[in-house]
Amino acid sequence: MNKIAHSPHAHAPVSIGKVMGTVLLALTPATLFGFWLYGWPAINLWAVSLAAAIVGEGFAVSLQGRAVRPVLMDGSGILTAWLLAISLPPFAPWWIAALGSLFAVVISKQVFGGLGQNPFNPAMAARVMLLISFPLEMTIWVAPAPLSSAHAPDWLESLHITFMHQPLDGMASASLLGHVKTEFTRGAGLDQALAGYYAPLDALWGSRAGSLGETAALLILLGGLFLIARRIITWHAPVAMLLGVAVPALLFNMVNPNHYAGPMYHLLSGGLMLGAFFIVTDPVTSPNTATGQFIFGLGCGLLTWIIRTWGGYPEGVAFAVMLMNAATPLIDYYVNPRIYGRDRKGVSLTANKGS
Amino acid sequence: MKLFRLRGGVHPESRKELAADRAIRVLPMPGRLYVPLLQHVGAPAQPLVNVGDKVLKGQLIGAGQGVISAPIHAPTSGRVLAIGDFPAAHPSGLTAPTITIEADGEDRWLETEVASDPFALTPDEIAARVAAAGIVGMGGATFPSAVKLNLSRKNRVRTLIINGGECEPYITCDDRLMRERAAEIVEGVRLIRHAVGAIEIMVGIEENKPAALAAMQAAAMGTEVRVIAVPAMYPMGWDKQMIRALTGREVPADGRTADIGVLVHNVATAYAVRDAVRFGRPLVSRLVTVSGGSVVEPGNLEVPIGTLVETLFQYCGGFAGKPARMVLGGPMMGVELATAAVPIVKGSSGVLALTSGEIGSVQPAPCIRCSSCVRACPVGLLPLDMAAHIRAGDSTGSVALGLKDCIACGCCSFVCPSHIPLVHYFNFAKGELMEQERVKLKQEATKKLADARNERIARIARERAEAAAKRKAAREAKERAAKEAAAKAATEVV
Repeated sequence: MNKIAHSPHAHAPVSIGKVMGTVLLALTPATLFGFWLYGWPAINLWAVSLAAAIVGEGFAVSLQGRAVRPVLMDGSGILTAWLLAISLPPFAPWWIAALGSLFAVVISKQVFGGLGQNPFNPAMAARVMLLISFPLEMTIWVAPAPLSSAHAPDWLESLHITFMHQPLDGMASASLLGHVKTEFTRGAGLDQALAGYYAPLDALWGSRAGSLGETAALLILLGGLFLIARRIITWHAPVAMLLGVAVPALLFNMVNPNHYAGPMYHLLSGGLMLGAFFIVTDPVTSPNTATGQFIFGLGCGLLTWIIRTWGGYPEGVAFAVMLMNAATPLIDYYVNPRIYGRDRKGVSLTANKGS
Repeated sequence: MKLFRLRGGVHPESRKELAADRAIRVLPMPGRLYVPLLQHVGAPAQPLVNVGDKVLKGQLIGAGQGVISAPIHAPTSGRVLAIGDFPAAHPSGLTAPTITIEADGEDRWLETEVASDPFALTPDEIAARVAAAGIVGMGGATFPSAVKLNLSRKNRVRTLIINGGECEPYITCDDRLMRERAAEIVEGVRLIRHAVGAIEIMVGIEENKPAALAAMQAAAMGTEVRVIAVPAMYPMGWDKQMIRALTGREVPADGRTADIGVLVHNVATAYAVRDAVRFGRPLVSRLVTVSGGSVVEPGNLEVPIGTLVETLFQYCGGFAGKPARMVLGGPMMGVELATAAVPIVKGSSGVLALTSGEIGSVQPAPCIRCSSCVRACPVGLLPLDMAAHIRAGDSTGSVALGLKDCIACGCCSFVCPSHIPLVHYFNFAKGELMEQERVKLKQEATKKLADARNERIARIARERAEAAAKRKAAREAKERAAKEAAAKAATEVV
């Protein structure tokens, strides 16, 4: 007996694999640029992240007695690991990447039931776990040393950095956000903190300390625009997040420019671009409707700015995203589309013969 | 003209090029026709002929029953071979009451009443002729047209919209009808207008049919009929979508189009109305698109009602390779056919034989909440949440999210990257709710009967007791009287 097929008997040429593949493609330019900027240690870290995610997810799925291949082939685990890898300090030790990836795919995702079931963004959950548990390893940044430059670590040296804990003599540096926060605690004003440390164009091109995903804000932005053009994501959440950071930054900067940095400083630093286009657009953990996504993005942006400005951590994207992830069911509960022929409350419209 | 903004919708590959440029061909009369008695929304028709009866083409063979129903006519002249169950066009392959007619090859029409000037007829007469002709919504909804006409007359509709959307991929029968028989359609439109007294008449045609648009515009020249191009987007042919595009108004969820002063008919329905009103000819044939990647020579055929689907495929050169799926209707909303030995009915716009490449079906994957379905839904529902409730066995919960407003257009399933059969979930839940409703009604009826019985028994017992009491009282009174009389007599004696 044949299984009865229900309409529609046609389908758009889309699949989860294609969606994930497109997102990975959009991440590739920024990642390759990051590889060039930070050299072999960054590549090692990325490879360890992906390998750990594949092994960990495969193990978790086989424990559930499900077929491993289709789960690994959908690309979602690789995307999570990739996002995590490019949010880590490029010279971090291998176990940071491995632990983070395993936490992301096993604890944050498979424990909840796998793809589509996790309430929190796995990459951000892993990042927050790492940041809280290993603050030292997670805050040692290095100034970029492009692969072509003389002081870039060669491949053998990179293995020492990634796998043997070789100290980063003379290379360690602070990220812009971290540097400013430290200067503030010393009582310095913004003008002193930024002197010689900040040039917006550097931020755009990535020639300053940071993770792979935050140094090249421009390439991340282009990747995001590519995803919007390919209709993988919509503009609502990204634009709202950028607004959520830029608007308060602008207002407070106007009031006290020596204490509150301006919008450009915020937009181009830290993980904001990566967060806006690749994290808050994660379909699983964000609301269903365009309005809901806008509210979600706005909340992420606002919380990011608040944490950066008044919080204990220099960067707040991961925390902000997780807090808003928790609010997603609430947003979905209250923000629904209006049904045809009904008002917002679901009551049928009344007959109106028009004029 | 300014069109109004629409919500949702998808752009499936139209595939209309397979049949769009093939002129209408008349299918040679098959030897046997299988005419189901239920080809419309409402009550099935009651057979009026007996096995062995001779019938003429257009002769009434099934009478409409009740308020919402439609009569059935013989699609050709011949002899009634059987009246009984025959497989219906339904994925289950279940049967339905059907009259089988053996064609005599003469195809002789019954004497019909021709109206020399149909516009001289009164609205009542037009409505009566449409009702007698058994015309139903030919876009696929198959709602009896006369019922709609009368409802619209009662509501004094202002706007008449003729739906030439034909948004289903592959299907081109309305397109061909508009290209080849535009003048007849326009006459039918004007007759409907005459019947309901509408002031504004618009024909909405998707802009992907330029030839049909041009033909209709030419035919409507100088009349009160306005032909308007609407965007090519599925489901443009959903009547409520067409209303919104052309008037900007929405039909109340609990109401009908007549509530906002609008009547919508399909172009093929208008064509059938013209045949019925001018020539007195009932609906006994229709245009059917035969298409799909497996069909050797796709085309558009004029087919007698009751022709088997397999006859259509054979006439179109048969199959190039075994089709992966046969579908009655369009690919978005049509039903899968388990067998091609089922009859064409009044609402059948197309039959498709699709290759596996065209179906694009793969194993469903988990929902990633991408909300593509939310963006695609023309009604404004949350398909992903509705499906989640139904999966968890909570069909009632999905009603709160708008399950009953779902039109099963298939946009959500079409765009789902996880290939989740969302519409299947929804129709399953609708069936389940209907079942619950039936059980509830049955329980209520049973309870009513039981209550009535208990009351009856109690009443009878009460009445008996009362009667007994009365009898007893009467007896006692009598005895008392007798005693008194005896005592009196005794005293008198003493």
